[in-house]
Amino acid sequence: MLRFIVRRLLLLVPILLGLSVLLFLWVRALPGGPAQALLGERATPQAVAQLNQLYGFDRPVWEQYLRYMQRLLTGDLGVSTTTRQPVLDELLRLFPATIELSVFALVLAVGLGIPLGYVAARRHLTWVDNSAVLASLIGVSIPVFFLAYIFKYVFAVRLAWLPATGRQDARIFSEHPTGFYVLDGFLVGDTTAALDAFAHLILPAAALATIPLAIIARITRASVLDVVNEDYVRTAEAKGLQRSTIRGRHVLKNALLPVVTVTGLQVGLLLSGAVLTETVFAFPGVGSFLVDSISNRDYAVVQGFILVIAVIIVVVNLLVDIAYGLIDPRVRAATMASGAPGGFVLDGPLDSKDGGPSE
Amino acid sequence: MSGATVLGGEIGRPSTGEPLLQVRDLGVRFTRRGRAPVQAVDGVSFDVAAGRSVGLVGESGSGKSVTSLAVMGLLPPRGVEVTGSVRLDGTELLELDDAARRDLRGADMAMVFQDPMSSLNPVVQVGVQVTEVLRRHRGMGRAQARDEAADLLQRVGIPEPRRRLKDYPHQLSGGMRQRALIAMSLACEPRLLIADEPTTALDVTIQAQILDLLRELVVGTGTSLVLITHDLGVVAGLCDDVHVMYSGRIVESAGRRELFARPEHPYTGGLLASVPRLDAPRGEPLRPIPGSPTLTRPWGTGCAFEPRCTRSDDACVGDAPPLETVRGHGVRCVHPLGADTPAEETR
Amino acid sequence: MSDRRPDPVPDDAAVTGPPGTVEHVAEEHGTSLGKQALDRLRHDPLALVGLLLILGFVSVAVFAPWLAPYDPLDRPGQGVVTPTNIPGPSAEHWMGLDSLGRDELSRVIFGARQSLLVGVVSLLLGASVGIALGLLAGAFGGWVDAVVMRLTDMMLAVPGLLFAIGIAAVLGQSLLSVMVAIAVINVPIFVRLLRGSMLAQRNADYVVAVRSLGVRDRQVVLGHVLPNSLSPVIVQGTLTLATAIIDAAALSFLGLSGGDPGVPEWGRMLAETQRFLASAPHLAFFPGIAIVLAALGFTLLGESMREALDPKYRR
Repeated sequence: MLRFIVRRLLLLVPILLGLSVLLFLWVRALPGGPAQALLGERATPQAVAQLNQLYGFDRPVWEQYLRYMQRLLTGDLGVSTTTRQPVLDELLRLFPATIELSVFALVLAVGLGIPLGYVAARRHLTWVDNSAVLASLIGVSIPVFFLAYIFKYVFAVRLAWLPATGRQDARIFSEHPTGFYVLDGFLVGDTTAALDAFAHLILPAAALATIPLAIIARITRASVLDVVNEDYVRTAEAKGLQRSTIRGRHVLKNALLPVVTVTGLQVGLLLSGAVLTETVFAFPGVGSFLVDSISNRDYAVVQGFILVIAVIIVVVNLLVDIAYGLIDPRVRAATMASGAPGGFVLDGPLDSKDGGPSE
Repeated sequence: MSGATVLGGEIGRPSTGEPLLQVRDLGVRFTRRGRAPVQAVDGVSFDVAAGRSVGLVGESGSGKSVTSLAVMGLLPPRGVEVTGSVRLDGTELLELDDAARRDLRGADMAMVFQDPMSSLNPVVQVGVQVTEVLRRHRGMGRAQARDEAADLLQRVGIPEPRRRLKDYPHQLSGGMRQRALIAMSLACEPRLLIADEPTTALDVTIQAQILDLLRELVVGTGTSLVLITHDLGVVAGLCDDVHVMYSGRIVESAGRRELFARPEHPYTGGLLASVPRLDAPRGEPLRPIPGSPTLTRPWGTGCAFEPRCTRSDDACVGDAPPLETVRGHGVRCVHPLGADTPAEETR
Repeated sequence: MSDRRPDPVPDDAAVTGPPGTVEHVAEEHGTSLGKQALDRLRHDPLALVGLLLILGFVSVAVFAPWLAPYDPLDRPGQGVVTPTNIPGPSAEHWMGLDSLGRDELSRVIFGARQSLLVGVVSLLLGASVGIALGLLAGAFGGWVDAVVMRLTDMMLAVPGLLFAIGIAAVLGQSLLSVMVAIAVINVPIFVRLLRGSMLAQRNADYVVAVRSLGVRDRQVVLGHVLPNSLSPVIVQGTLTLATAIIDAAALSFLGLSGGDPGVPEWGRMLAETQRFLASAPHLAFFPGIAIVLAALGFTLLGESMREALDPKYRR
């Protein structure tokens, strides 16, 4: 088991390296040259020269890369040209908001998606199933920002049930020890603040969750339909086991395996969806700051944020991979027996997204 | 009319009184949206006495598997119509609700299927798959069930049973998996065991072992066995009584010896003749049954086997031949083989 | 509870296995796979809806100048429009006016052109590169394969939108960069598709047969394997077109498509309506619905095709 984990971790290294190279090259490819890009348009020639020396932009490429890696590993992601703060600080300041939003959306997507998919599968070929399929097809055809608009208009503007923008009502002053507003509200005993923060989360999270929900429901449904026709379910029936036993130990335990993989993949979708959703709801997280930075040509921020987000996604995928290995005994055996790395997580045996496995 | 002629079985116990399983006029119809309904099983009747073993023989499409699924109650609830009567020890199974049938399955009647790899849950330990039956029907606690499970695995011939309990199916060989499945089916000492092609998916060398195991278990415990197969060799070694099915109906019923010695229905004769023999002269061509199973006539328009039968004539078209007792066999044919001179054997 | 259904009557054409053998078996039974698929499609209502939506979308895009009542840059309602009063749908203007007095219906109609253009171009670009790389990886194996796979793994590690943002930043904010960005993020999908198909067919009977006849590898790949990979590529292409339309809208929503703000583009139109959501919701509604319908058309058709070509796949 440990060997399995270590092997997966080793795969991480080339990918992270590749990412760093990619972003390194990207900065150098930006219009105006890297120093200009990192300092902004109003940079003075002296500042540019200084940066050139500091970052070694006049040095050979490989040396630049080494310095770059050095900086990365010490957490130096540069300085934002708009706020004049270190990029890392901005990131840490804003990340809790986005995490809170994403987690809430993930909970919604999984919590509703799996039961919906299961019910649709059990009611195969009835109107329940057909409408579920249609709904999920429509769900993946709606751009998340349009959905955000719709929710905002219907629930915030027209019905005024929920707030339209921001994380917290301007009139509420509360402490934020962790940066997760809902949690903080409970920690300091200010339930009004907690509930208010929660109310601000609902609409953006719902908009963000919709596409992953549609995907998870679809995969669950397909998986359950497959499993229910398997011979071992027939054996379980022949044994006269109770329905709940069959559902839990035999159907779901197998059917949910691909769902685990797919859910892991949704994290990437959630983070990039957050970028768009936060913009519509003026939700002060990583996403909206990133969008502003793009229009402000604040490339230090863009580079830093994208790098960190990508790393997070890679790590999450790795964790999903490991989790999958923990729950499916066949994967563990295969990985250790064949000696092959078994490929990156997206090459899981039940990856239904694309044409075939990588190994 | 009863379908089985009982003649001195050497395998199971001699019959006493009411048969354990009574199937009368069983019919199974599949309906599918946008397609014509299919009558997979039509008017099937047979008995299985306590302690006896009965074989259901036929090609794929003959309805033998569907019959067994109907008896067990494993057919899907939608799109299927089951008619007739299935009585287990006097209880009419087809009238029971799902909960009642579920109580019987695994406890009083059990089934073993063809492919041992796909018949086991790949993500659950083998031991759990055995103990779950014990805990469900015999209310055992976890420790007790584990002990019993280890014992069961031992009895079916799996070495190091305690270790095997923790194994997953993919860690066992094909033969061991089938043994484990047999252990699961016999865990609660059912009175009836149905085995659907239990050896077809296994290596030939293992097949013999599994069949021996079945024989030993059945004889030892007095469990009735219904063996479903297309392989006559298996039937010869294991069954007291044999029913041959074709296109959803029984076409011949006889005791084991009688069936092999003097088959009456041309299809049975054809099956026996098609088996290659070691003592046949060299160069003698094989004799398959002409045509294929898809070349059948609906029973409503005559005998289903007629298109492939070398003995067919106008009498075989029109009404389906009724099942009659002929020379001690149940036969559904108007030109049974035994009607010819004794010299014309289909050996 | 169990859906187990033993099939007493053998179904027509056992369809399992890699594309090569499927074609072979299907032909043996008299109908080509393509014909079978078309047959299934004809009876699938969702496929028909999808097809209609696609035809509608394409016709609107192509015939825009004849369909639109006004020029999208004209401002017929300039006198009427104020920041607080932007008229919604009326008999005169079916989709109302926008903040500058332009006819919304005409703008939505013309917006279809951009969406279609970006969608198709980026798909073709991404698919060609992806197919080429996938073929190479599958054909040569070894280190070529390893390199290609590591590259695609890396590309897939960054979520599509962020990748596109990065590319647009480098190439400048223009329509071209949007097209390139979307093409790039779709490359990995086609790489894997082709590579998977190649790997599956490598051991197919017909490949072994053809090679044993002495046909050279290049001919095997181009003349045999590639045509058999066609159907999954078409299916994937249709589905990718749907996501390309949505991604294009997302990128222009973020302002990355640059260009003249007057030129109508659905995503950008949605971005511009942020301020007017309360007073003029129709400005968000119509372009948004347009995007949904266009994407939905391709999604429905693509999913139906996928189901038609692979009987084991369920929507």
